[in-house]
Amino acid sequence: MTAYVLRRLLWLPVLLLIVSFATFALARFGPGDPIAVIAGQVRDPVVIAQIRADRGLDRPIPQQYLTWLSRAVRGDLGESYAQRGFEVSELIFPRMWISAQLGLVALIIVFAVGVPLGLLAARLAGTWMDPMIIGTLLFLQAIPVMVLIPPLIWMFAVKWQLLPVGGWDGIFALYWIAGVIAIPIPNPHLYIPLVAFTLPGFVGVARLVRITALEVNLEDYVRTARSKGLSEMTVQFKHVLPNALLPLITVVGFALAGIIEGAFFVETLMGINGIGRMTFEAVTSRDYDVILATTVVFASAFVICNLIAEIVYGFVDPRVRIGGSSRS
Amino acid sequence: MTSAAPPTTVETDSSVQSAPMGESEWRLVWRRLRRKRLAMISLVIITIIYGMGILAPVIAPYSYTATNLDIPRQGPTREHWLGTDTLGRDMLSRTMYSARTTLVVTTAVILSGSLLIGNTIGLLSGYRGGWIDALFMRVGDVFSSLPGLVMLILINATLGERVTASVRGFERSTGIGGLVSSGLPSYLLVFSALSLFFWVGTARIIRAQILQLRERDFIVSAEALGATPWRVIRYHLLPNVSFLIILQISATLGGIAGSEIVLTWFGVGVQPPAASFGAMLFEGSGTRTFQTAPHLLLVPGGVVTLLLFAFNLLGDALNDAVRGR
Repeated sequence: MTAYVLRRLLWLPVLLLIVSFATFALARFGPGDPIAVIAGQVRDPVVIAQIRADRGLDRPIPQQYLTWLSRAVRGDLGESYAQRGFEVSELIFPRMWISAQLGLVALIIVFAVGVPLGLLAARLAGTWMDPMIIGTLLFLQAIPVMVLIPPLIWMFAVKWQLLPVGGWDGIFALYWIAGVIAIPIPNPHLYIPLVAFTLPGFVGVARLVRITALEVNLEDYVRTARSKGLSEMTVQFKHVLPNALLPLITVVGFALAGIIEGAFFVETLMGINGIGRMTFEAVTSRDYDVILATTVVFASAFVICNLIAEIVYGFVDPRVRIGGSSRS
Repeated sequence: MTSAAPPTTVETDSSVQSAPMGESEWRLVWRRLRRKRLAMISLVIITIIYGMGILAPVIAPYSYTATNLDIPRQGPTREHWLGTDTLGRDMLSRTMYSARTTLVVTTAVILSGSLLIGNTIGLLSGYRGGWIDALFMRVGDVFSSLPGLVMLILINATLGERVTASVRGFERSTGIGGLVSSGLPSYLLVFSALSLFFWVGTARIIRAQILQLRERDFIVSAEALGATPWRVIRYHLLPNVSFLIILQISATLGGIAGSEIVLTWFGVGVQPPAASFGAMLFEGSGTRTFQTAPHLLLVPGGVVTLLLFAFNLLGDALNDAVRGR
């Protein structure tokens, strides 16, 4: 087990180095000339050469990368090209916190809704509702996030005026009863983003749980549990669910990818100042140091979460850690 | 879209398929598929949308670039069945040409990413083993550890200018004109970037299957009879993995189509004036826009949802059919 964890942990810095170097090379080498963005109207070659030297852009890319890396590990990600005078790190960290909160809530909802839904769908398998359920799940999964959001905003925020149009106001809001007692409720700002965010995710989880639970339902121990006269709830949650959970750990990574991807659209369309919106703005304004930073942040988050999922999987399923190459 | 869907891969139990798939067995799969009403509906949807794409230059009522600023954001009329967009371009024609973009991108990525690169690497890794296998599988590990969409956005955002510049250089040196203005550079970039990320799944599945097949008697005897590696691969291995290839294609089609749409939505995919669902969706996605001209979002949104839905259904049904259900 230790060897397995160690192997996975050693893989982490290697991956992060590869990601950051690829990202760095693309951000530096890719665009015709990042100086053109900074210099703007200035065409004076002396000034341009000065900027180039200041930013260290006159040195070879591997050397630039090492400089960037040694600063980045200390939390200094350079200066934004488009928003001059701002450190990338002071722009990025507050936004990361917002996105992380939103993403975590979304991840919880994905599993909290997806798992029971999948169990229910598996219970109804073989009945006349079965094709309808599969069809509905597949259809819900097919709706792109950017198609879903505008109608939701229009309906709930503009037409019925039940929810705010967008923005970010923390996870909890205070609900005042008669102006005296305050109870914390989930912030109404979150409702539309979370629906859009989690729909493809929990549908995907539900489909997977349905398939796994269908197989588990055929096992002898489930039949035994039923024939003992246990209630359906006990059978489902004590006998079927634990055995259907195993494959779910591997999809945490994919659920996370979906949430990272959703962050771009949800944050951009809902006016939430998170890192997804920041990336979108950086891409449209060609702010390469910000793009570089957000990509590295996204990739690291993704790699680390996948790693945690793999380690947990190794704990739960011995077969994984015994096999030499665990990911064939 | 590498969306929250479970891995777009196909399981490879040895129990699934033991006998080589002959002509008659494909017919069997087709018969099973034909009994599934949802699968047939999805095939019809895909055929209609792809057919629109193929026939776009013939059946589109207007040019997809023809603007008419007298009638911006008009709802459906007798002249423009699906209304017009902000520049007064015919939405029906735009939709048809967007379907064409989807068709071109999915076909190109399937051919290059899945079939060519994924297959070759999978066959090589599985059959040859050794350091080739180790190298390709580690590279695949790296790719699958990355958040695909983020990397795709980065690649397209940074390399766009360079690809355009090099195609322009190619135009100048060969005297062939109109490549840049047709949007070719952006197509090239989108499909090479997508191929870069879509080979891994195919390669892994093919490799796993080849690893099992390699030990089987008919392969061993073919080798003992002195068959060259090429002959073993061509006549003995390839026919045995073809059903996996089909399954994998149907499982990734939606992802490829979705990725192109997402990239273009971000402004780093297919560049205007070329039509794409991503650009259409972006134009229609403002709340104000949706309030005044909902057809700008609903027309492309409806078509995209239908297409992705059909891909999902087909993938599911095909999976069942091959597994004998």
